[in-house]
Amino acid sequence: MAMASQMITANRLSDGMVVYFTAGKGWSETFAQGAVWNDKESAETALNESKESVKARIVVEPYLFDVAVTDAGPKPTSARERIRADHNPSVAPDQGSWTGRIPD
Amino acid sequence: MYRYDEFDATIVRERVEQFRGQVARRLAGELTEDQFRPLRLKNGLYLQLHAYMLRIAIPYGVLSSRQVRKLAYIARRYDRGFGHFTTRQNIQFHWPQLPEVPDILQHLADVEMHAIQTSGNCIRNVTADQFAGVAADEVEDPRIWAEIVRQWSTFHPEFSYLPRKFKIAVTGAQDDRAAIRTHDIGLRLVKNDAGETGFEVWVGGGLGRTPILAVRCRAFLPKQHLLSYLEAILRTYNLLGRRDNIYKARIKILVQATGGEKFAQMVEEEWEKIKDGPLHLPQAEVDRIHRYFAPPAYETLPDIDPAFETAKLEHPEFARWARVNLVKHQVPGYAIVNIALKSEGGVPGDASADQMDLLAEVADAFSLGEVRITHHQNVVLPYVRKRDLFALWQRLKPAKLATSNLGFISDIIACPGLDYCNLANARSIPVAQRLSRHFGDPRKLDEIGELRLNISGCINACGHHHVGHIGILGVDKQGQEFYQVTVGGSSKEDASLGKIVGAAFSEDDIVPAIDTIINTYLANRTDRSERFLDYVRRAGVDPFKEALYGSAPARRTAAE
Ligand code: HEM
Ligand code: SF4
Repeated sequence: MAMASQMITANRLSDGMVVYFTAGKGWSETFAQGAVWNDKESAETALNESKESVKARIVVEPYLFDVAVTDAGPKPTSARERIRADHNPSVAPDQGSWTGRIPD
Repeated sequence: MYRYDEFDATIVRERVEQFRGQVARRLAGELTEDQFRPLRLKNGLYLQLHAYMLRIAIPYGVLSSRQVRKLAYIARRYDRGFGHFTTRQNIQFHWPQLPEVPDILQHLADVEMHAIQTSGNCIRNVTADQFAGVAADEVEDPRIWAEIVRQWSTFHPEFSYLPRKFKIAVTGAQDDRAAIRTHDIGLRLVKNDAGETGFEVWVGGGLGRTPILAVRCRAFLPKQHLLSYLEAILRTYNLLGRRDNIYKARIKILVQATGGEKFAQMVEEEWEKIKDGPLHLPQAEVDRIHRYFAPPAYETLPDIDPAFETAKLEHPEFARWARVNLVKHQVPGYAIVNIALKSEGGVPGDASADQMDLLAEVADAFSLGEVRITHHQNVVLPYVRKRDLFALWQRLKPAKLATSNLGFISDIIACPGLDYCNLANARSIPVAQRLSRHFGDPRKLDEIGELRLNISGCINACGHHHVGHIGILGVDKQGQEFYQVTVGGSSKEDASLGKIVGAAFSEDDIVPAIDTIINTYLANRTDRSERFLDYVRRAGVDPFKEALYGSAPARRTAAE
């Protein structure tokens, strides 16, 4: 059976930001820049490579997740990964408090 | 309010510096994530979906205006301008950055706050009745006892590595405002036949994967024995509780497996050995703690304030707010004010930094500089003169803090769910927002009457869904969000666990499903005096099943 396509994601160590493993073996905050693997073997190999970044203290807990490859590019198949890819909750926080961090 | 003594202040500062070192070592690569995780969790720091999350304790829900201002400052400076108050009387910040967390903890220490006991398998932040010390129906002020328990439990060497986390709640009245039967240990202050005050002790409650209501372990415990009795319970649990299986490790599983009576007997045996030992509370110590919570200097006021009565007549919206959000105070001429963090379309329990500053301001102006946080994710001003109520309401209203829905269907408890939480199956917040809009009309709220609706995004039950009159639980079906509905739960003195009505609903169907449940109740209740909960207890789940699924079994999803 054909495996669903997969991508690799993790959280950045410094601020927890969601990041994606790229073809260049780096990390990007942008979902669309993440690399897609279409067979189990290359996905597992890439996952092992991505773990080098754990040792290098760039990210924590990388893992594979399923994506559907569409004409418009890959899309996460689960609600969880859709929300992660947005880097934000799906709702605007209350009362216009979404001001962003302020300087001192 | 309780003030730190030198010992407390030193220990909290040392803890901040210790964590600063741990963070530095993590960032320098000297600690792996596996080594760092338990250390950060001991300081309330989780890694969530989009970012780190810092959980800060608000012991028994009491905050000074100075502390509220500090939380507002942290929200602005280190987060994204808001904080989330939780069912455990904690506050969570959802966007801190790791290198800055030690600074946040430093700021908190400046105002006698910390994130200790907000995570891990220790005795967690003790929660209490939010009307402590002011409620007209109170037997005795539970804050004194919550503080005594806090001092005993913080860093208790024997209980820092329990089989699982441990939660204690204290309520001061027959009316259970602390949901004591959903806690590992629940304490209620009671009077015995001789007129002495003591505790009714409940043990073995908990929600999560296996919801169980606490059973009564002792009908009357003289107050001076509180700590030795708690220690006897903890010791029995620590010895016998299961450490092999995380899902069976809570005391509720032990109590259920042993049987309530047998467990109580084991506790009594252990207690006999230690009750007159060093944990026996000397009256002088109780008195010392008592002084921190001495009643403020109340003014002598008539109980009926003419200006307040006139304002109600002139402003129907204010009159409604006063009817719904005020609670009877111990002292004539004063009121307990509930401020709902449940505006229509808002995020339950969220407060923006501006709102926090306003809360601090009105606390200073009208409530002797003190606020309380409730396990319903609302705020309380405990000492407001009736003559100030109208002025207070006018200040709250433009900040969306004057919603009049306390105890109604839109006063929803909701956990952060899949918008923030790494463990979630489904989102909670958007469901709460849609329901609060759907049931936004105050006339509709009045028609439905008392109704508790609670939402959790997964089986961990942080949103107390099992004990909502209506409970909504997020479930995952092949990566899609679904919602299972229960009816008939209660967290009060008549505690019960909700029963599942049937197959889960999709995101699109959940609001119409709740509407159907409400309409079924409205059409079938005997009259207004039969509350939703009473109706479910009388009629069971069948009328709801019939209305929801009756002739259209096709609505059941294939996965069920
Ligand atoms: C977003 C981060 C959160 C995480 C990762 C989290 C995690 C958990 C877990 C794993 C449990 C189950 C523990 C067990 O069964 O022993 C639990 C229980 C609980 N959580 Fe949370 N939680 C979070 C947020 C919250 C919030 C925001 C609230 C309040 C609204 C809350 C209140 C509770 C309560 C009351 C329970 C107790 C249920 C019981 O008695 O078993 N949690 N949480
Ligand atoms: S109930 Fe589940 S989804 Fe909600 S906060 Fe708790 S762990 Fe997260």
